[in-house]
Amino acid sequence: MKVQAPLILKLMALAILACVPLTGESFYTELIAKTLVLAIFAMSLDLLVGFTGLVSFGHAAYFGVAAYAVAQLSPKYEAASLWFVLPASVGLSALVALFVGLFVLRTKGIYFIMVTLAFAQLAFFVFHDTPLGGGSDGIYLNVKPTAEIAGWVPFDLDNQQHLYYFILAMLVAVYAFLSRILQSPFGRVLVGIKSNEHRMQSMGYITFRYKLAAFALAGGLGGIAGFLYAVVFGFVTPELLSWHQSGNVLLMVILGGMGNLVGAIAGAFLFTGMQEVFATWTKHWQLVMGSVIVAAVLFLPGGLAAIPGRIKRSLQGGGSHE
Amino acid sequence: MDFASFLIQTLNSLQYGLLLFLVASGLTLVFGIMGIINLAHGSFYMIGAYLAFVLASATGSLFMAILLGIPLALIFGAFLEWALFAHLYKRDHLEQVLLTFGLILIFEELRSLLVGDEVHGVDIPAMFSGSIQLSEVLSYPVYRLVISAVCIVLAVALYFVIQRTRLGMMIRAGNHDRTMVEALGININMIYRVVFALGVALAALAGMLASPISSVFPNMGSHVLIISFVIVVIGGIGSVWGALAAALIVGFADTFGKVLLPELSGMVVYIVMAGVLLWRPEGIFKKG
Repeated sequence: MKVQAPLILKLMALAILACVPLTGESFYTELIAKTLVLAIFAMSLDLLVGFTGLVSFGHAAYFGVAAYAVAQLSPKYEAASLWFVLPASVGLSALVALFVGLFVLRTKGIYFIMVTLAFAQLAFFVFHDTPLGGGSDGIYLNVKPTAEIAGWVPFDLDNQQHLYYFILAMLVAVYAFLSRILQSPFGRVLVGIKSNEHRMQSMGYITFRYKLAAFALAGGLGGIAGFLYAVVFGFVTPELLSWHQSGNVLLMVILGGMGNLVGAIAGAFLFTGMQEVFATWTKHWQLVMGSVIVAAVLFLPGGLAAIPGRIKRSLQGGGSHE
Repeated sequence: MDFASFLIQTLNSLQYGLLLFLVASGLTLVFGIMGIINLAHGSFYMIGAYLAFVLASATGSLFMAILLGIPLALIFGAFLEWALFAHLYKRDHLEQVLLTFGLILIFEELRSLLVGDEVHGVDIPAMFSGSIQLSEVLSYPVYRLVISAVCIVLAVALYFVIQRTRLGMMIRAGNHDRTMVEALGININMIYRVVFALGVALAALAGMLASPISSVFPNMGSHVLIISFVIVVIGGIGSVWGALAAALIVGFADTFGKVLLPELSGMVVYIVMAGVLLWRPEGIFKKG
């Protein structure tokens, strides 16, 4: 059973997030802005892993494609129009995902995990080795896109507060969009594919097309995150497409409990939080992170999302074992 | 391309492909028999290379390093299977991905703590340090031929063990049907431990053999891991001979890709994989 956060809690969380830039702490504002970007990224992957049952281990590719697209589509010393580069880079990510999906969705299970990883690595090399990417140093996005429409500038992405609210608005938009999609007949088919693909096929659904649509959609939404990342940090490197990035976002989805959009957001916060805390303890924070992951898999089957259920059961059952 | 340089590239392809086979054979066996996706398999290659570096510096010889390193790798593999992987057999692939992803982080940081982040070289054993003159300007290092020879011997030995011994029969049966093997009174857990330890040792040996030519550096396992995945995809999960053929295909595609299409060098292997996926999504050698 899925745990659904009540609307009032969601609104409270949103209100807290909206207050962050008002504190004037620019370090924390940037950290949380980055986390919100990762939260969008995690939600996009959750559409595949949590709702459709497709464990993609190459999701960083679509994040990276959009990030590179902004950097390449922007003129060197002038601002590009947001209303052009955002749709263009997101559309490009979705197109690449559509193309890759034609190949990877021919496989299942372990194969699918490996093949998505291999295609992401292919994308990594495209940006690492060809003139498209500027080598391992990456490229700079010197000037952030402008939101100007016919002389009117509704907001300015160079302003940290404006940028923060723009990202928050995108998060809410992606959340609302995905919630709506999942309620739709299309979304019900995806969830059906996760629980029993053969059955969906025998009911007459051509599941390949639904999976392909989900894969392209997830790629495009991941592209939104990649776009925002490039705008926040002002430079892109092939590392954005690396398999560590794919692994990290998968980790966020799992931490938050799969198949739960709020969970994916919480997972992004938990992941960034752990990273920040461990990094203050030791330079070798990945050792702590790795140990936490291994211990969690061994001792917490079902992830963090399963904890409330376990506590409930142990309170009711009084020490009965599973 | 004249004949001598063609010959050199062919020998390089063989050597690279055979070395990759050592890594990929263990990966495909662990997939096929235990149903486990192990992202940390590339780390065993990295650990092997660092073992070679540390032991060769201590003993002064790569031979001694390999002789000491193989039993260490076997013990390490058996220990990991007992401590961690044995708990993963009934879990889904996602949890396997997660745990082994965590293991990579742990292994890389331990490597950084114990040996540091510098790039190290390992000396080629003196008796193999020469090269064979192929033409007036081109020559081929003997050590690379030795690597190929060792890999061929191991591939033949693996064939013999899997096809001709009682243990191999049990491994093949385990690949086919776990429940039936258990019902026949065979200790499948022991088979799993042996296969896993063998896979770790093969990957570590590949790292040890490669250490003098590739040098020893952080994250050296991740590239090998992903290429091994490509090999398993091309060859078909669980098929050791598929892995051998696919490893050679990848060895040739990568080596000749670097010569003929230098600007696409990193991508050739993945393009081959994409082609195979269109043609036979289950891998070339996967039976029915």
